[in-house]
Amino acid sequence: MGSLVKQRVLRTIILLVLGVYFVLPLIAMAEFSTRGREGSRSLESWTSIVDDDGLMEALVNSLLLSVTSAVLMLVLLVPTMAWIRLRLPQLQRLVEFLCLLPLAIPAIVLVVGMAPLYAWVNYFLGDSPLTLTFAYTVLVLPFAYRAVDAGLSAIDLKTLAEAARSLGASWFTVLWKVVVPNIRVALIGASLLSVALVLGEFTIASLLNFDTLQVQVNLLGKRNAGVSIAVSLLCLIFAFVLLFALSYVGQRRRQTVVEE
Amino acid sequence: MTAVAPVATTPGGSTPKKGGAAGRPSAAAWLVAVPFLAFVGTFLVYPTVLVLFGAFQDSNGAFTLDNLTTLFTGVVFDAFVRSIELSALTALIGAVFGALLTWAIAVGNPDGMLRRVVVAGSGVLAQFGGVPLAFAFLATVGFEGLVTKFLRDNVGIDLFAGSAWLFDLPGLTLVYTFFQIPLMVIVFLPALDGLRPQWREANASLGGTSWTYWRHVGGPILTPPFLGALLLLFANAFSAYATAAALVSQGSPIVPLQIRGFLTGEVVLGQENLGKALGLGMVVVVSIAMGVNVLLQKRVAKWVR
Repeated sequence: MGSLVKQRVLRTIILLVLGVYFVLPLIAMAEFSTRGREGSRSLESWTSIVDDDGLMEALVNSLLLSVTSAVLMLVLLVPTMAWIRLRLPQLQRLVEFLCLLPLAIPAIVLVVGMAPLYAWVNYFLGDSPLTLTFAYTVLVLPFAYRAVDAGLSAIDLKTLAEAARSLGASWFTVLWKVVVPNIRVALIGASLLSVALVLGEFTIASLLNFDTLQVQVNLLGKRNAGVSIAVSLLCLIFAFVLLFALSYVGQRRRQTVVEE
Repeated sequence: MTAVAPVATTPGGSTPKKGGAAGRPSAAAWLVAVPFLAFVGTFLVYPTVLVLFGAFQDSNGAFTLDNLTTLFTGVVFDAFVRSIELSALTALIGAVFGALLTWAIAVGNPDGMLRRVVVAGSGVLAQFGGVPLAFAFLATVGFEGLVTKFLRDNVGIDLFAGSAWLFDLPGLTLVYTFFQIPLMVIVFLPALDGLRPQWREANASLGGTSWTYWRHVGGPILTPPFLGALLLLFANAFSAYATAAALVSQGSPIVPLQIRGFLTGEVVLGQENLGKALGLGMVVVVSIAMGVNVLLQKRVAKWVR
């Protein structure tokens, strides 16, 4: 049929043009970061990533932050959301509103209000970059809320909890041994999303003067563009691998649901 | 352990009432929500309130509308106009090309590698691009970028003959399309997946062409989600900070960069709270975009049902 051929041609053109548009910067990054002296090729930018103490320190900060933020997010969100479904449906709307609120408040605005708050946080808890955990947990709330909410909607929480309670389980046991294992795929998804978000965050860290990966990359770019570009490429690839893995996590869940 | 375990259910294994609240929750039941509410109250609501109220205060904390009236004058107003123009333009570009790309992967194999790669890649660029995107552009069309050098050495075109456009609005527009198009893919794909093949077949069996299908079936169904995505893209570009901050280190052409100026100390005496007024302005613009989107989707939900 003519229209099918036309569709195939149009599709190929779109994919080719946009494919080049999006892949070209990646190629340019690889090319730029392997430039040596006088037109030669060199891996200097890549090897000096590891030698840069400031960069490595910032990377460690960001990795620690991605773990602490994911943990705090899970600890705050999972018990509360499960409990609301079981016993406090009155709070459903409020909690949803609060969790989605960061979508309406740009990070650059939030940081204006957080600056005075962090003066207090740093006064009481010291000025470790790990205090950013609080700000980052707020940033990941909308994404985490949706993931956890989808997970909880997919199971029959009430029946499961009642069954466990009637067998003498404490509420903590219900949460830890019944709820968490049943929504673990959603929890993994929420955690991966928050890890990716934290590793890529720049706005709040840079304006509150904390040393994280993106802040260092930006700073480094002022004197050595090659290294910054190499790290940027690594960040993009790493985030891609995370999200690519995530697409399989989601699929496995679909399949198990179908099998059941 | 730490979790409060108030055994409020009646003893003897009688089941709590189904659906809705199990009666009136006891005071202890409310305690479970306290950590979450305390945290969100401190780190989300408090800073937000600080900004929104601060916008109405002078440096002594007295009520004033001066900060807000300043929003409509001079550099600040220009920045708002530019921010809105930049966001609207990139939202439009992002929506159109993003919709085309979405269509191109939606008609393919739903479990195919192409779709997986595009969706994951879109997620990366749309949500986690930030600073790396700025460096991607320096490597591509910066002063020493791959494309710049190629055009200069082989074609004889100097990309920077006119001005340092990359570090101003034209550059921001170009860079923003790199997260706007991918965001469109993520937002719009569910809508395109919702088009049932049977509708297409019905159209064909009734003698319709591709044109009649898109004119009378696909188009009308996809218009609301397309407009919704357009608004979301607008809000997204309007809120974006990291890429612009990494790219533009001098001057503050757009609102987020103006706020950076207020936070990093370029403050005129007596205007300490102008930054908060700018923040309020941003929240208002984003909320309008989001609000219209919600109304739109509500109307659609009614109509689809």
